[in-house]
Amino acid sequence: MRPAWLVTKMEDLAACPCCTVGVGGKGFVERTLLGIASFFKEAIFSEEIARAPGFLQHLDPRVKLFSFALFLVAASLMKKALPLLGLYLFTLLLASASRITLGFFLKRVFFFIPLFSGLIALPALFLVPGEPLITFFSLGGFTLAITKSGLSSAFFLVLRVATSVSFAVLLVLTTRWPQLLKALRIFKLPQVFVLILGMTHRYLYLLIALIEEMHLAKKSRTIQRDGLRKEQRWVASRIGFLFGKSRRMADEVYQAMISRGFDGEARVLDTFRMTRMDVLWLGLSVLLFVLALWIGGIA
Amino acid sequence: MKIFELKDVSFAYLGRFPALRAVSLEVRAGEKVAILGANGSGKSTLLRILNGLVFPQTGEVKAFGQPLTENGLDGAFNRFFRSKVALLFQNPDAQLFCPTVFDEVAFGPLQLDLPPEEIHQRVEDLLKLLRLEALRDRSPYELSLGEKKKVAVAAVFSTNPDVLLLDEPTASLDPRSTRTLIDLLVEANEGGKTLVTATHDLHLVPEISDRVYIFSEEKRVAAEGRPEELLADVEQLAKWNLIHLHKHAHQDYWHAHLHEHPSKEHTHNE
Ligand SMILES: Nc1ncnc2c1ncn2[C@@H]1O[C@H](COP(=O)(O)OP(=O)(O)OP(=O)(O)O)[C@@H](O)[C@H]1O
Ligand SMILES: [Mg+2]
Repeated sequence: MRPAWLVTKMEDLAACPCCTVGVGGKGFVERTLLGIASFFKEAIFSEEIARAPGFLQHLDPRVKLFSFALFLVAASLMKKALPLLGLYLFTLLLASASRITLGFFLKRVFFFIPLFSGLIALPALFLVPGEPLITFFSLGGFTLAITKSGLSSAFFLVLRVATSVSFAVLLVLTTRWPQLLKALRIFKLPQVFVLILGMTHRYLYLLIALIEEMHLAKKSRTIQRDGLRKEQRWVASRIGFLFGKSRRMADEVYQAMISRGFDGEARVLDTFRMTRMDVLWLGLSVLLFVLALWIGGIA
Repeated sequence: MKIFELKDVSFAYLGRFPALRAVSLEVRAGEKVAILGANGSGKSTLLRILNGLVFPQTGEVKAFGQPLTENGLDGAFNRFFRSKVALLFQNPDAQLFCPTVFDEVAFGPLQLDLPPEEIHQRVEDLLKLLRLEALRDRSPYELSLGEKKKVAVAAVFSTNPDVLLLDEPTASLDPRSTRTLIDLLVEANEGGKTLVTATHDLHLVPEISDRVYIFSEEKRVAAEGRPEELLADVEQLAKWNLIHLHKHAHQDYWHAHLHEHPSKEHTHNE
């Protein structure tokens, strides 16, 4: 038998002006989480740019990967700020030649920069000895101040990271994911590594879809909006749940791949073909690499 | 020839949650077999075992006359097996992992190293047959549930397997797509392909099977036989939770009768 409460009509909830139900904007936690989800979706999974007819999109992925590797090496070896700045500006040029709007590109890049550089650059501001610019306090022999050389070395660090991240973002944005994986394999990256990369990509996406759906599901059952504290607790509990669920999902995705004959090797339909432009680009990037190290100074 | 042979197969997820208990069955080449059973009776688990994705804790599984074990599924036999046997997953989200619908359908044949022209041809044919052409460049994640299912169907057919394991292939499909799929399956079977289908759609069973296994809620084989015979035994079907007493209106009167599961069209002989 069906419990009676299940099939009895409830008192009307609607049209009570004193307690408006669930109107207004999204909560803070929800907004943040959904924002991150949709950002990742756009940044990593959007193929729109990779399919646009831009300069980098036309390059052979192998050539692109190789030249970008050169640029990354150069960016991490250069010792002078001005040439490095030049290399950074070069990424902006490449972005605009590849039909990526500047605002979009900068936003992507500067999202990742704090992740990599914040921790290193921040202490450098204070710790590199030199002429103080802004002094916070001076106590005995100890002075906490932003020094001039500290500032310049922090700036240099951020610039270096920005340049590297820009190249990485350009590569991912303008290359279709399976092609990137195949190109990585051609450069003898171990199969296991490429496999893990591919799988991570796959269920990161499923995970994001899951987060979005969970929020919708919660919303459809929420009548009164929770306070921030409660919402945070909910998110924390969901993370545990997500972990379990994602493990199961990972299993299933892996099974589906195995079922369809996947043996760990990345295969793509379009065979890579080098054009004259690729050769030209290859020459140019080698030249640029040598030039960057020469002007930028290795030692 | 026997495609699959299971003897006393038991399986429990994580060793704790039983999903199959002492199941013995076989599938011969060119057969249409339907697997029926209530939710949680082990149908999906069985198909995973048949596809060599999970391996039972006890009992014996043979495929194409060879023992199907984790270590045995390797190298040449793995390649042979994967090209011959395909599984349509119940959850299309798990099955779809490529960036576009096109890539998804091309994935299987690519793994088999078919020539590019043939892969293109196969993908085009399938997209057209299942009316998916407009979705070709879309991400599979952004489709409706039924659309995802159709992409998954195309992805499974693109390797042109001889043995099709189908986990609720018609769930969430609209009537026209269901028809297209069923016709495709029947035709494929007439062409010599073997079908093993887990389903809740009893009205489709006579078409997609000439032999039926019914799984009980205890996760055992409760019955085996021809679809006409098994489906005629209303009392037994109710016991296995495949049909239930159902109340509904007929123009101007209500009546109750035994009724199969989903709200599909049906006729009454009063
Ligand atoms: N990943 C898992 N972990 C633990 N238990 C599981 C898992 N998958 C399935 N089970 C359990 O195994 C049993 C059989 O599940 P299975 O998915 O094979 O059933 P089914 O017949 O396909 O059901 P349905 O009709 O709902 O698809 C169920 O009792 C289920 O709870
Ligand atoms: Mg199932």
